[in-house]
Amino acid sequence: MVKKSEKIGAVAVIGGGITGVQSALDLADMGFKVYLVEKSPAIGGVMAQLDKTFPTNDCSMCILSPKLVDCSRHANIELLTNTEVQKIEGKPGNFVVKALKKPRYVDIDKCTSCGSCEEVCPIKLPNLFEQGLSDRKAIYRLYPQAIPNAYVIDKEGDGKHRGCVDCMKCVEACTVGAINHDEKPKNLKLNVGAVIVAAGSQPFNPVIKPELGYKKYKNVLTSIEFERVLSASGPFEGKIIRPSDKKSPKKIAWVHCVGSRDKSVEHEYCSSMCCMYTAKEAVIAKEHDADVEPTVFYIDIRSFGKDFDKYIDRAKKEHGLRYVRSRISEILEDTKTKNLIIRYEDDSGELKEETFNLVVLSIGLCIVEEQRNELIERLGFETNEFGFVYTSPDDPVVLRPGIFVAGSFLEPQAIPESVMQASAAAANAAALLKDVRGTLVKEKQYPVERDVSGEKPQIGVFVCHCGINIGGYVDVPAVVKFAESLDDVAYVEANLYTCSEDTQKKIVDAIKKHNLNRIIVAACTPRTHEPLFQKSLREAGLNPYLFEMTNIREQCSWVHMDKPKDATEKAKKLIAMTVAKTRFLQPIQEAEIPVTQKALVIGGGIAGMTSALSLADQGYETALVEKESMLGGYLNKVYYTVEGIDISQLLRETTEKVQKHHLIKVYTSSSLESLNGYVGSYESDIKTSKGIVKFSHGVVVVTVGADEYKPNSYLYGKNSQAMTQSELEKKLSESQPEDIQDGETFVMIQCVESRDEKRPYCSRICCMQAVKNAIKIKELNPRAEVFVLYRDLMTYGFKEKFYKDARETGVMFLQYDVEKKPEVILNDRLLVKTYEPMLDKKLEIPTDHLVLSTGLDPNKSNQDIGQMLKVPVNDDGFFLEAHVKLRPVDFSTRGVFVAGSCHTPKFIDESIYQAQAAAARAATILAQPKLTAEPNIAVVNEDLCSGCKMCISICPYNAIDSVEETINGKQVIHAKVNEGLCQGCGACVGSCSSGAMQQRGFKDKQLIPMVDETV
Amino acid sequence: MVEGTKESKKSEFEPKIVGFLCNWCSYAGADLAGTSRIQYPPNVRIIRVMCSGAVDSVYILRALLEGADGVFIGGCHPGDCHYLDGNYKARRRIVLLRDILDALGLEQERVWIRWISASEGQQFAETMKEMTEAIRKLGPNPIAKQWDI
Repeated sequence: MVKKSEKIGAVAVIGGGITGVQSALDLADMGFKVYLVEKSPAIGGVMAQLDKTFPTNDCSMCILSPKLVDCSRHANIELLTNTEVQKIEGKPGNFVVKALKKPRYVDIDKCTSCGSCEEVCPIKLPNLFEQGLSDRKAIYRLYPQAIPNAYVIDKEGDGKHRGCVDCMKCVEACTVGAINHDEKPKNLKLNVGAVIVAAGSQPFNPVIKPELGYKKYKNVLTSIEFERVLSASGPFEGKIIRPSDKKSPKKIAWVHCVGSRDKSVEHEYCSSMCCMYTAKEAVIAKEHDADVEPTVFYIDIRSFGKDFDKYIDRAKKEHGLRYVRSRISEILEDTKTKNLIIRYEDDSGELKEETFNLVVLSIGLCIVEEQRNELIERLGFETNEFGFVYTSPDDPVVLRPGIFVAGSFLEPQAIPESVMQASAAAANAAALLKDVRGTLVKEKQYPVERDVSGEKPQIGVFVCHCGINIGGYVDVPAVVKFAESLDDVAYVEANLYTCSEDTQKKIVDAIKKHNLNRIIVAACTPRTHEPLFQKSLREAGLNPYLFEMTNIREQCSWVHMDKPKDATEKAKKLIAMTVAKTRFLQPIQEAEIPVTQKALVIGGGIAGMTSALSLADQGYETALVEKESMLGGYLNKVYYTVEGIDISQLLRETTEKVQKHHLIKVYTSSSLESLNGYVGSYESDIKTSKGIVKFSHGVVVVTVGADEYKPNSYLYGKNSQAMTQSELEKKLSESQPEDIQDGETFVMIQCVESRDEKRPYCSRICCMQAVKNAIKIKELNPRAEVFVLYRDLMTYGFKEKFYKDARETGVMFLQYDVEKKPEVILNDRLLVKTYEPMLDKKLEIPTDHLVLSTGLDPNKSNQDIGQMLKVPVNDDGFFLEAHVKLRPVDFSTRGVFVAGSCHTPKFIDESIYQAQAAAARAATILAQPKLTAEPNIAVVNEDLCSGCKMCISICPYNAIDSVEETINGKQVIHAKVNEGLCQGCGACVGSCSSGAMQQRGFKDKQLIPMVDETV
Repeated sequence: MVEGTKESKKSEFEPKIVGFLCNWCSYAGADLAGTSRIQYPPNVRIIRVMCSGAVDSVYILRALLEGADGVFIGGCHPGDCHYLDGNYKARRRIVLLRDILDALGLEQERVWIRWISASEGQQFAETMKEMTEAIRKLGPNPIAKQWDI
């Protein structure tokens, strides 16, 4: 460890995918300088290639783009694209990262991405962003919304095709002199205190499985190729067509587990996300073309994540996805029709074949490309048997002291897990560098705001096509024409993606050029995109509240897809309404609220303890409230893990660290009695055994956990041999080898009263718990008999290897169908009957023990806690985060965060990194001494106020006082709003009979014209 | 015959509905209907407000007097209000407003208040279908544009 004085308040983040971007944004918001190093010419990673994301079917680019734009605009983030890290030297707190910046041949600062160079370039190459489904020029942008949005020249080509030939036509075409063909590579030395590796992984290349026909047959695509087929900005503009004849395929097959769970290619792990993206691709394909008949060939449907089961259910029931449990032997082509014949063995063992027009291979992720991963080799990281880097489950994002890891570089995984790890890595880096926080940062400087008072409204309207998300259903040119006809509208423009970086520049330019003083963006929902556009207004010197959004996507094009004419008319109407309001918008100056730089963590399980430790290690005083008399929560019921982590040691050490930390105050046998205030400034009453303790804090982290469900079926509670997995685990932990007889039988039933109508979610952990306990039994006595009756075995990621281990020790896994659940009969011994499809008969297994996997139930108090904190729970009773993909630990309510199994059931390592992530997100608030207050607060027109005090009694925040003043010798009483306390609900406005009380941004004179325009 | 003509006329009538949705629950629910691509009739025009409790009776009456055939107010479920109890305030206000509707000779069923959470996209779409049909049955607003305000 280096001395405090030698620490450097900067962090290098390697990899500019969504993971690296999230780490960079968190750290930059916490007050660290960030170098975001990306080897390709633009940030965005694989997520930029995706069309939609499951389980919400959000447009991937639409949710990613604002983050990318934020990254490029953040004063504390330096983007280093086309740059590869070579070496990391030094010690935690003071590293030198050596990197090679390859020439781009185009000056990012000068390039306006006008495209003239691309037009004149004579060289064509396969477009790799489009997976080679279309061509690009030698001078190109990675993708249309790329950030940085500048061109790059490919001088090397791809082996088969040559790159730039130095014809210099682009130099002639470039009007701003941005191109320099003589640019040389540069060696960079970055001085940083910590490093985060988020370099991602590789999609599996199915060429090495010749039986699948990839690259041999034109109509066999990979899933990532199919994402591009689906994408509106992709090679086929979102039309579902197949490569051989550009015709619409009717029968499309998806093949699961290509390059995953496959010994023949040495990828014996599961890639975790393919089951879900397959369902998503099939649903979206069906949405684009209702004639598509999707079939999925699968082994297990691993729908283990939050709301995944419901998604699969809907895919089957509403979109007609047909699932065939099978093993594929080969794919052949009908040479005449170019159709594909899939030969497979179904679950009864019968060999079958079926013809399809298009086949999509659901490929997994791998870390090695041509036998090696250069970055891992160069940096010398330790790897596991699959070639991925290794971290310990009790410290999941720490590679080495000072070097952290996140995302699919660590393990194949979906976006929310990657994003959580990204924030967790940021929390770890921030803890290491807490003494030098804020030493290398700059504040974002905006131009001075233009005074628009007295100006006639000059409204600019930007209408977004959103690829085909809006443009496919709403006639955007007609809407533009209509907007141009409206009074006070001075400028109208249509954009492919209004949220992209280049459009932000266009907005700023248009404001300046046309002297616009109010802006409307007609696109998606303001709930996600308003802040992005408001920043553009600030950059153009306009007050950010001279802005409105018209929601013509979520509330128009997407809900009237079958009625394009009506959708167009509605879009026009909505824009006219917004114009009516916007005309009367006024600038708003936000008040500043001081931040109490302390945190409250509710729930003292592993997630709560980890969050508290992370916050305290970053220098923030934290109160940890636990309702039980001791810390540890569910961890007290875990005795061993299959990875061999010593649970009692983890629990003991973590508890000790928490109790000894000088910044953590632990309240056991306590609960949150009441909470008042708002982000930055909360006042809580903690009910302890010694009475009420008052605590002031700026943020709240909710980590109240979940508990094992106790079933009402299968003789549970009636027969002493019927027990839950946790009860078995306790028993096994106390057992000696001699306690288990030869031939003693254990039958485990998975999904008991789980994934059914009453509890329609998968609890994620129970399959592994069964595998773990089965292995334990076999360790104690290999001659014991263990049967696991399961629906889909959810051993995702590297957990797959333990499933294999269990099978190898002789554990019998028998699949059952949800329609034919196993039955249990008690005679003199327990008898389990289950239907076995392969044998096509009912098996009868006499057993000594019946073990029930029931999953986790949400905490009963979630609803109450949710009401106190003003945060929602979902239908299943787990807390509902702000956004399932990109804000997995935030609530919509600013200042409140969530982690652990109260969010959705999860493993210990997952709870740990999510808890650290929540701490990181909380620290982005705590790091600032002041926050800006709610803008849409109430204001009083004192001349109109009659002093009736009605508003005072109605205000839920006690934010209004009555003031007595002497004005011109007259005694007057009027209401006065406290700007820090007012949360902007507007209840007082509705109650005010004199019209004196008005809400900023929602004043009568703004809303009434809008209402009038509606009808 | 007369009855039949009336029927066919009614089925052509497309009601105009003004929707005031709270930012935190119902507006998010309407967004979710969109992200889930759940289709519903295009008759509703949504106005976002921060809380259902902020919907001044003046806006509702104004909409009806200007010619809206129905007004919808969407708030958080009881207990879920982002601002503690704004939805209760809205409910109380609507109860009082119904008397005024009677006085104006308007059917009470033209003003709906419903609780729709951020996770109830389906519910939002269903409610919009239901309300559009209900207002279609009621027919056009009889007092539209008769009042000078």
